[in-house]
Amino acid sequence: MPETATIIDSAAEPVQPGPLKEIWLSLRQSRGALLGLGIIAALVFIALTANWIAPHPPFEQYRESTLMPPAWTAGGDERFLLGTDPVGRDILSRLLYGTRLSLLIGLISVSLSMSLGVMLGLVAGYFRGLTETIIMRLMDVMLALPSLLLAIAVVAILGPGLINAMYAIAITLLPHYVRLTRASAMAEAGKEYVASSRIAGAGTMRLMFITILPNCMAPLIVQATLGFSNAILDAAALGFLGLGAQPPTPEWGSMLADALEFIQRAPWVVTLPGLAILITVLAFNLLGDGLRDALDPKLKR
Amino acid sequence: MFKFILRRIALVIPTFIGVTLLAFALIHLIPGDPVENLSGERGMEPARRARLLHEFGLDKPLYAQYFDYMKQLLHGDLGTSLTTHEPVFREFLTLFPATVELSFFALLMAVCLGLPGGILAALKRNTVADYAVMGASLTGYSMPIFWWALLLILLFSVQLGWTPVAGRIAVQFDVPATTGFMLIDALRSGDPGAFKSALSHLVLPSIVLGTIPLAVIARMTRSSMLEVLREDYVRTARAKGLSPARVVMVHALRNALIPVITVIGLQVGLLMGGAILTETIFSWPGVGNWLVHGVQSRDYPVVQGGILLVATIVISVNLIVDLLYGVINPRIRHA
Repeated sequence: MPETATIIDSAAEPVQPGPLKEIWLSLRQSRGALLGLGIIAALVFIALTANWIAPHPPFEQYRESTLMPPAWTAGGDERFLLGTDPVGRDILSRLLYGTRLSLLIGLISVSLSMSLGVMLGLVAGYFRGLTETIIMRLMDVMLALPSLLLAIAVVAILGPGLINAMYAIAITLLPHYVRLTRASAMAEAGKEYVASSRIAGAGTMRLMFITILPNCMAPLIVQATLGFSNAILDAAALGFLGLGAQPPTPEWGSMLADALEFIQRAPWVVTLPGLAILITVLAFNLLGDGLRDALDPKLKR
Repeated sequence: MFKFILRRIALVIPTFIGVTLLAFALIHLIPGDPVENLSGERGMEPARRARLLHEFGLDKPLYAQYFDYMKQLLHGDLGTSLTTHEPVFREFLTLFPATVELSFFALLMAVCLGLPGGILAALKRNTVADYAVMGASLTGYSMPIFWWALLLILLFSVQLGWTPVAGRIAVQFDVPATTGFMLIDALRSGDPGAFKSALSHLVLPSIVLGTIPLAVIARMTRSSMLEVLREDYVRTARAKGLSPARVVMVHALRNALIPVITVIGLQVGLLMGGAILTETIFSWPGVGNWLVHGVQSRDYPVVQGGILLVATIVISVNLIVDLLYGVINPRIRHA
């Protein structure tokens, strides 16, 4: 019934679907993007409910059952579905709690980086001149360093740790947001609706944030999604190098690094956290690709 | 063309100065100063501390310290490692060939597989082959390479025993390091066993380091090829009755390669980042491994110098790619 209602509506008066609905309609075309979205939804659910669905507390050490193989293999124990680590902690529980950390790392680094980057990019694209030159040269310097190396440099200054790793990753993501925002702000600033808004008396702040910014959002949304996957990957790499989350934090990268010496005797302690990283990063990349196709008018079918 | 080159080089200079500022700032942002690091746990009486500060030039105003730093840099002096007491620049020079050798083979593999893969996916668009190539490259693109390295070691080194786990060459071969490139040095030593050993040590690290560039190149080749295949001149070439192979290899590929070459050039930054992880896992005695050790042992001159040198390399390679792009695509020169 509601469907026919829409059809009649649109026949009477052609309605433009809202931007969100439009994105959703084109996103629905792509199986990959839907798969990514589904996995991300599941991960968010896991992150929110880790307290209840994890069979064991993440730090609880069962000293009598260290390095237990997964339950379905020979010698496995059904209490520990995915086996235990070298000090007898349940791997499944740690992975579930790790989801929370990884998503949080992505969320915090991307939000930090995006808010600062959008601000700098808007300022550069709106004011131009010397301000722009200084901001953009600074971003060039940051882009000259491989992101992991830049993150390592920042961690060298701040000291290792999960929070500092988030700051470090936020800094490495920054240039992308600045460049994107500046480019679209420059393109938008010359358009007529901005001029008319200015004539109507809109102040600088209003022009920047309310008139121009919403029209620059499409590439930013794509970049934010891809930024999530970069952040999660780099955080895991830092954790692996011992420069990110410190043990006993159940962060996937550091879980992997902790168990490295047992890789031959107990491959599952290394393979499972890595698989979790891969699946999560893959999901965000799938969604990012789908969003890019949906939001980039050049590629629109 | 000459003007174009000059303009591009001029654009790079502020970036380079920025990198020196960043490296300089790094040492000053890190808690404590070199004198404090020297004094260790027990501390130091103020008079001696003041004298040492003066000796290192650390009592001068910051801008003067920066000029001193730049003066040293221009003389090729990047300071001395706190752990080995070797000049940082000399350490870098001995380790750099190892990283170059590894990166070269990684990129070679990425190009040799990525280009045909991307072309195949574009030609067989929306078939199983396309989905397989794109699925594999998306997976490669999302791969935590330190984990990928461990999986490969588990399979090829532990299970099958085909490849060694770490290092550049087996211990029994004592190859004199003349060029620093193990393959060349092993070849010059005249011992076929040494060459074979060096080659087998190179296989897994190259695969690991090349995985992400491979994925990026395959994706880029595919989309660039799809764009070109839609062009009128491709249709014209087909209409003229040219063989499909000729249309693809000569008419389409040459134009599709222009953006791909840029992307390949940009992989150098990625390779240097990936080298940090790859070298750590395979105990590859290169620049990435050295930098991680530097950070872990708080060897700040190494971190500072290493960051500066890596950034310089990335900037230079990007400049070269930019210039080459101007050579291939004359339109860029006047943009």
